[in-house]
Amino acid sequence: MPNDSMPDAPRAIAMTVNGRAETLGVPARRSLLHALREDLHLTGTKEGCGVGTCGACTVLLDGRPVLSCLMLAVQAEGRAVDTVESLSHDGALAPVQDAFVRHDALQCGFCTPGQIMALEGLLRRTPRPSEEMVRRALEGNVCRCGTQLRIQDAARELAGGGRSR
Amino acid sequence: MPKIVRQKIEFEGRVEEREVVIEGDDLPIWAADQPLRVVGTSVPRVDGAERAAGAAQYTADLYPAGLVFGAMLRSPHAHAKIRRLDAARAERAPGVRLVLSHLNTTGIPWYNGVSALFGTELRYAGEEVAAVFADSAAAARDALDLVDVEYEVLPHVVDPEAALAKDAPKVHAAGNVLGGAAERYARGDVEAGFSGAAATVELRAETQDVLHHSMETHGSICEWSGGRLTIYDSTAHIFGVRRQVAAALKVPLDHVRVVSRFMGGGFGSKNQAAKHTVLAALAARRLGRPVKIMFTRAEESIAAGKRPRSAQRIRLAASRAGRLVAIDYWGVSGLGAYRAVGSPLAGPAKEMYACPNVRTEVWNVFTNTGPGAAFRAPGYVEGTVGLDCAMEALADRLGIDPLELRLRNYAEGDQVLARPYSSKFLREAYKMAADAAGWSRRAATPAAPVRSGAPRRGFGMASQIWGGAGSAPAYAEVRLNPDGTVDVRIGTHDIGTGARTALTQIAAEVLTLPIEKITVLLGDTDFPYSPLSAGSQTIASCGPAVRMAAEEARRHLLDTAASVLEAAPSDIRLEAGSMSVAGVPDRKIAVHELTGRMNNFTIGGRGFRGANPDGVTIRTWGVQIAEVEVDPETGDVRIIKITACHDVGRVINPMGYVSQIHGGVIQGIGMALYEDHVTDPESGTVMDLGFDTYAMPRQSMIPQIEALAVGQPDPVSNNLGVKGVGEPPIIPTAAALVNAIANAVGVRVTSLPVTPAKIIRALGGA
Repeated sequence: MPNDSMPDAPRAIAMTVNGRAETLGVPARRSLLHALREDLHLTGTKEGCGVGTCGACTVLLDGRPVLSCLMLAVQAEGRAVDTVESLSHDGALAPVQDAFVRHDALQCGFCTPGQIMALEGLLRRTPRPSEEMVRRALEGNVCRCGTQLRIQDAARELAGGGRSR
Repeated sequence: MPKIVRQKIEFEGRVEEREVVIEGDDLPIWAADQPLRVVGTSVPRVDGAERAAGAAQYTADLYPAGLVFGAMLRSPHAHAKIRRLDAARAERAPGVRLVLSHLNTTGIPWYNGVSALFGTELRYAGEEVAAVFADSAAAARDALDLVDVEYEVLPHVVDPEAALAKDAPKVHAAGNVLGGAAERYARGDVEAGFSGAAATVELRAETQDVLHHSMETHGSICEWSGGRLTIYDSTAHIFGVRRQVAAALKVPLDHVRVVSRFMGGGFGSKNQAAKHTVLAALAARRLGRPVKIMFTRAEESIAAGKRPRSAQRIRLAASRAGRLVAIDYWGVSGLGAYRAVGSPLAGPAKEMYACPNVRTEVWNVFTNTGPGAAFRAPGYVEGTVGLDCAMEALADRLGIDPLELRLRNYAEGDQVLARPYSSKFLREAYKMAADAAGWSRRAATPAAPVRSGAPRRGFGMASQIWGGAGSAPAYAEVRLNPDGTVDVRIGTHDIGTGARTALTQIAAEVLTLPIEKITVLLGDTDFPYSPLSAGSQTIASCGPAVRMAAEEARRHLLDTAASVLEAAPSDIRLEAGSMSVAGVPDRKIAVHELTGRMNNFTIGGRGFRGANPDGVTIRTWGVQIAEVEVDPETGDVRIIKITACHDVGRVINPMGYVSQIHGGVIQGIGMALYEDHVTDPESGTVMDLGFDTYAMPRQSMIPQIEALAVGQPDPVSNNLGVKGVGEPPIIPTAAALVNAIANAVGVRVTSLPVTPAKIIRALGGA
């Protein structure tokens, strides 16, 4: 058991982030959130509370939404992590992002990447979710500006296939 | 020639006389019949893609090379003196580079000189004791426990009413009351009004401490280079931060630049420089490295500001016909330990309804709790709970429909300053809201509390009055680039309101260019001065300056085109980005062709915000109607719908308007039913340290919201006819909900948050 007496000593881990193989050295106590933001400079994923109560740090782990502040980076060893940065390509927004913008489903925008990843995670499992499923999927994502109804509008359009996804 | 005049300026519910510099003539106002192409249409926010992509960089997202992280040690006691502080163990901890405390930061006054950057008397549990700076945030936090502090614990008081008592512990040596006395106001003869009244009501209202809890916590990054300081700050007041930090560090203003391009919400809690910004600047200077301090969520709960709790007692007297003959209002608001500005609780009671005899008394009281701060319509949300709940109690007493009662007491002019309103379309708002909500379906309030049976529906209403006029000064610059695109520079902020988008629309309107051709650059003290983004003033202050800057650029554009097209400037028409000679449509040149021909000779314009009109009071108005269903056996409240209609002058972006209404209403719902920031009176410490114990509005709590606008431009407010919309929508929500619950089950629970337990208690249950 190497490094047990030195919890801050970096450990080398490998994971796939946004489709790219990454190897990084992280202390055991480092959260996946901080590894993404500080080691990989993927600052689209936000820290709203750091203790799993706001959803701002939501990313997809093997396609399912997780709170990256509640996971240690070392727990993502060998897994596939997708952040909000994985959705858009060359400045072209993904359908879920585009729907957020057109429905004004964001104000200050700080919780937005987490909201988007939580909804994206739902839509990947369930392309046509009911409104109740959308609300449940986003219940853990706090927005202080009050965009909840706008997000429902965006989700309703995506679930109804109003635009191709 | 600029001249200076004295004017009454309203900001966040307070009127004060100020000197205003008038630079020249303002533009004629865009009247209601002004044909407009972009202004008044819904435009998705221009920075939406950047935010949705996760590309927008907030202060929290910046990690300059060599960054050092700071963390604050905070007082565990509500009131204490520091007897001894020893940072030696912390200084030796791994990764730690510096510890700051009162021992090595002497001579920096804070809170208007009442305390210091690090005071040795600590007045709330959470006040800053020391700051540790280390190579990682984790190392800095780890070392906080290694700062050895010995405290002398002093008696504390956390409730403002308790703090009013003669024998209450003294938060400040000068006493617990701000200014040493209540703020009093009177007109007419209140006692005479009551003695002759046909009906009276009296009620007590209590509002709780409410936290801003913006999703991006408070934070700053400070970096020195060549004796100059750059501050990246999550703030709604870049110029204020610059002034305060420069003063604290005794450096000239031109050596300090403050940047806030994207900001993750503030709601009033980020309206001034905070200690952490100065600490980061001090540490960065000593260490020769950039320094970052971001609050944790728990720090947001204890030390980042709150809407302080209030207690109110209000008595109304009316004639049999339902005309108010007297209003007697008493209120007490907390300040926390340090807020230097009181809550204007009595604003609505003084001005909302026509009444000849009014007396108000408001006590603003220090307590040993975290600092109070402005929070979206400070004082008016609380004061409206008192006033408008009393109004509906009076309506029920008189057997008059609450809407009808409000119409019978419609204030035609400003009764406080005795002058007319610039405009007031509240009658229109009442009608639009009542029609949309189905107000005619409202049944009479049950005469006795309803204790059993099936859930019951109820309707409630509340009116809204607020400022939002904006004011000078604000300045803007417009530059046309060689390719015909446009940069607008203005030192304001987009704190999530959509200001960037609305200002873009204004420039696009004047220059007849598409939205995509215009970039609004803001959030930087390198740009022309603009006021803090608060008081619903951003668009009303900055919008007219942007219009004037764009109009000047447009004039230069027409002059230049005239020489190219060999015509008189007055004969040049600008339409859809192309200039032509009147009557000769073939003689034309596109804006980008002209600017392209000029190489880097630049066409531009500068604009300023003109003064507000004299002799009138500018107000925003509105009404909200709540429809609820209350289970009399459990006290559960289900909100069916909130209908909001506000008069905020011309609406620049209807889509942004609706989003602002949603935001205000949803925060109002949180305050009315769920949120409660709890300080334990025994220990003086905060019980809710985050979202696990503080009930933020979540998806399942949000009802249908219908957002309507009267949309009439104000005829004199400023050259756009706009007023602000940021704060109005939060003002009436809580009062309307209390009234709707009363209409459903027959008890008016005026203690916020209105929990099921309080409803059951009021109904006479266990």
